[in-house]
Amino acid sequence: MKRVAYDIVIVGSGAGGGTVAQELSPLCRQGLRIAVLEKGPRLRDEEFTGRELEMAGALYEDGGGFLTADGAMTIAFGCAYGGSTVVYTGTSMLPPQRVIDRWNVPGLTHADLDCRARKFMAENNAHLVEDDLINENNKLFVEGCRKLNYDVRQFPVNIRGCRGSSLCNLGCPNQAKQGTDRLQLPRAERNGVEVVTRCEVLTVGEKTLAVRVAAKPPGAKGDPSAWEPGDYRIDAKVVVLCAGAVNTPALLLRSGMARSLPRLGYGFTSHPAFIIVGEHSRSITNFVGHPKSYYLDGAESNHFVLETCMYFPFITAKSLAGFGEPHSAFMRAFPRLQMILVLACDEADEHNRVAIDKAGRPVVHYRFQAKAVVGLICGAFTAAEILFAAGAVRVHMPVVRDTTIEARDAARLPEIAAAAEFRPGKTPVSAAHPQGGCSMGSNPSDSVTDSYGRVHGLPWLFVADASLFPDSLEINPYVTIMALADRVAQRVREEAPGLLERSL
Amino acid sequence: MPLNPDPAIFRAVVSTIVPEAAALDDGEWCEVTQVIEALLRDRPESLKRQLRIFLRAIQWLPVLRYGRPFTRLQPAIRTRILAHLQDDRIQKVRVGFWGLRTIVLAGFYGRPQAARAIGYAASPRGWEAVR
Repeated sequence: MKRVAYDIVIVGSGAGGGTVAQELSPLCRQGLRIAVLEKGPRLRDEEFTGRELEMAGALYEDGGGFLTADGAMTIAFGCAYGGSTVVYTGTSMLPPQRVIDRWNVPGLTHADLDCRARKFMAENNAHLVEDDLINENNKLFVEGCRKLNYDVRQFPVNIRGCRGSSLCNLGCPNQAKQGTDRLQLPRAERNGVEVVTRCEVLTVGEKTLAVRVAAKPPGAKGDPSAWEPGDYRIDAKVVVLCAGAVNTPALLLRSGMARSLPRLGYGFTSHPAFIIVGEHSRSITNFVGHPKSYYLDGAESNHFVLETCMYFPFITAKSLAGFGEPHSAFMRAFPRLQMILVLACDEADEHNRVAIDKAGRPVVHYRFQAKAVVGLICGAFTAAEILFAAGAVRVHMPVVRDTTIEARDAARLPEIAAAAEFRPGKTPVSAAHPQGGCSMGSNPSDSVTDSYGRVHGLPWLFVADASLFPDSLEINPYVTIMALADRVAQRVREEAPGLLERSL
Repeated sequence: MPLNPDPAIFRAVVSTIVPEAAALDDGEWCEVTQVIEALLRDRPESLKRQLRIFLRAIQWLPVLRYGRPFTRLQPAIRTRILAHLQDDRIQKVRVGFWGLRTIVLAGFYGRPQAARAIGYAASPRGWEAVR
């Protein structure tokens, strides 16, 4: 086993890891050695082809098909240089005050998070997309919402030079999305931070990590790792875990920390989601233009958020319920489809958690809560209402037995909704916002870390990713993750002389 | 073939889930199979074993009720059988069908020809490609 030593090691390179790397990188000028260890590959620009299965296999954990323990929900999260910021749509939302207040984490205020979040909104060029670049899939959502007097809002998105490929979730082929792979990581590297890809952290112990560097598989995308394949032991004075809400709790669990941290893995939430699709009588622009420009926030009153979206053929087929002719009919209508994503606001509870199997791999135990199911169903029928108001001739509804609702039956939506049924394993649900598992709080009996992400009882170990969330954020999370990661980096900087046992 | 040594069973199930698959030629079936093989390559052996068992059950369980295996049934009855699995009161059965359905849909719609056939034409050139 080879041995390497660093002052600071950051595990993961997404919204959390990329931010911590950038914010700590000035310390490299003072002679500190900092490394980012990323399990996924680093792709070259020309390797972002927009081809669905090819890119999903290259950029997502388990190709985007990571399943909950009971197999009833897919959780999608990135596994590449840049983490999930490579595959999100770039929707940039400030942390909601009502949620941060409800989290009630001692020492964490909304004002502080908001200020940091705004810094990253500006840094990432988050702005409203110009009207002439917005496609009909989005415009029809606005039209439907306005006809129904719903408070539709536009998402700021973090793009620069977007050509409207609509391929954001497969990694932007035009490098327009300003994720950590485009901004924070390159900046950190210019300042002297080393990024090691294809490097999986197996365990973390007292200021030491056991890691395995994988060889590039034949025919795979991405550069080989900067390190030779093999097992390494890394000594580090400070370790910051940013591997995401599935992998960070799993890493700590397989490192034997459950005994001293009884809340480890608990409080997992994910914004379970599905799509509602409307078919129009004419072709609309849908697979061109930024896919996610507008939303309707029903989180506070009805536990759901509706967002515009447009997926690719396989993911669309998978997300439609049922099979056979009714399913195929919607697929054949692809150029006429309008799509709405329904996200439910789930809550931290005692069941939903990250655990590990005998081999130490993450296992997510997830049960759909009654409130989240109500949110999904209520959101689904609100989406159907919007689609019909926008002129859809039929709507695909995944929570009723006959999944096709014709426009002539639009007036009967409340009656149809009364017969809605949500069946895990049949209703196609997926999630892309894993959160919790290492929640912030006061002490080990209620949390895993303090409000600066420091793991209770281990002054050298920090967490800086969505696993810190004590409960669901109820909006797209990346800006809040960056804000929290900024706090963690600040604390590491402030305490660096003591933590690193040297003067700076 | 990662799921079943008998292509007839696989094709009967795929054609029930995606009726258009009945019109595929041998070369196109080969592509469907290749997509699924690539998708399952790195998945746990236990998952592949479960899918194989599920396919075999689909083939032989109808004998109890209809006196014939799945491959020798009319399309309408095949659809009814799969609908029963999809709605089964046992969640594990529903999840098993969902998993099978997912890889079938990946095999069919993961092919560039299928995307073109349904009119999907997203391009990295975005607006420039359509204006």
